[in-house]
Amino acid sequence: MGGYGDVKLLRDDGKRLDGRTVDEMRPVSIEAGVLPAADGSAMVTHGLNVAVAAVYGPMEAHPRKIQRQDRAVIDVRYNMAPFSTGDRIRPGFNRRSREISKVTAEALESVVLVERYPRSKIRVEIEILAAEAGTRCVGLTAAAVALADAGIPMRDMIVGVASGKIEDTVVLDLDKAEDNYGQADLPVGILPNTGEIAFLQMDGDLSIEEFNLAMKYNFKAASEIHVLMVDALKRRYERGDN
Amino acid sequence: MSEGQVGAEQRLVTPGMVIGPSTGKHAGSGAIAQNEEFIATRLGWLNEQNDVVSVRPINSAYMPRSGDLIVGVVAEVRNNLWFFDVNGPFQALLPMSLAPWKVEFGSTRQHLGIGDAALARVQEVDEAHNMVLTMKGIGLRRLNEGCVIAIPVNLIDTLRGENNSMVSRIRDLSDCRIIVADNGRVWVHGDADNMFTVRGLIQTLVDEGHMNNFENAVHALEQQRGEN
Repeated sequence: MGGYGDVKLLRDDGKRLDGRTVDEMRPVSIEAGVLPAADGSAMVTHGLNVAVAAVYGPMEAHPRKIQRQDRAVIDVRYNMAPFSTGDRIRPGFNRRSREISKVTAEALESVVLVERYPRSKIRVEIEILAAEAGTRCVGLTAAAVALADAGIPMRDMIVGVASGKIEDTVVLDLDKAEDNYGQADLPVGILPNTGEIAFLQMDGDLSIEEFNLAMKYNFKAASEIHVLMVDALKRRYERGDN
Repeated sequence: MSEGQVGAEQRLVTPGMVIGPSTGKHAGSGAIAQNEEFIATRLGWLNEQNDVVSVRPINSAYMPRSGDLIVGVVAEVRNNLWFFDVNGPFQALLPMSLAPWKVEFGSTRQHLGIGDAALARVQEVDEAHNMVLTMKGIGLRRLNEGCVIAIPVNLIDTLRGENNSMVSRIRDLSDCRIIVADNGRVWVHGDADNMFTVRGLIQTLVDEGHMNNFENAVHALEQQRGEN
């Protein structure tokens, strides 16, 4: 982050390298119930990102020291598959995946009605099959749909979206080049019905005006993705002959 | 800000969806009141009865309530009690004092071993999910024969039908003994072919239960059996 070198990320006509306008999202598709063995699951394709989330539980929390007498704990495991990027990733936990697992769990704990299941654990597994910048947001969205699919009670379905800054211009939904060579990245977890923010990180610098514009883009994208999330769940369960 | 479609047919709601004003009504299970509106907390079908707005969930874990009839499988045996897997987040406990036999301290394994299935009732559940079972009661026993089929908890009502009418129909057409337990397990006992038929029907319910195909399958089988 910080705009290394002199990589040109905006074209002369003001559009981005992949032809998107500054407030345009990469194409998103969501499917619920993709894994038969899980209690709930979802697959989200966002640009070239592919994330699969599986939810198991509520179940008895083990080891017992992680149990909370008044609520459930959410155990999130975010993992990038070794083949998800151009350079092979060494399999297993690393510092980055630990951090993302932790912030995702905290974001989900604020929406799931954890007090309904004391001493229990809800296991959320997020697997990134293909990565092209913004995987934590895609993983969060997939986890929210998988939790809804598993019948876990929630106040809202959290949506992960990101904006950023490239060449001093605020843009929505950074792709890989923009993420690597841009100036800032602002991933946010939004509750679309109440407009609350359950998760926010910022990498790089944004002025207050730029931050406000980035958040405006994020809220716009969140409501668009939320429609797709609801649609995915409805497609899975709507009564009919299909 | 999305809202569910309004109409006579059932509305599918998703968590966070506004399902209507809360004035003069109460929030049932699967709904919470927020800023004078009801918000769905689960994915399911909206249900409104006697001024109570609730959501009938499509998927849900078994949450035990006292008095539930359950089919449990012994997971662990101690000298004076058994732990049962009851298809819920926590294991249930059956003390030897609530077993239907006279059990000596240390002889629990002679009556029920690990993997044995039994029909029991939930005696009590506390808020921390500690759950005690009893096998003292009419019909509560160790299940020595037949098979146990697992179904999602939310499909139990569909399988039973109104006043157990659907189970009775399946019993009649299959000539099997069937017990639908509250924890999403169904005990079926009959001859092998008939048990296979019941298994097939229950699988239809599990796979296509949300699309009314189950009732059609039962009806078709009834007609087929009637013709033969």
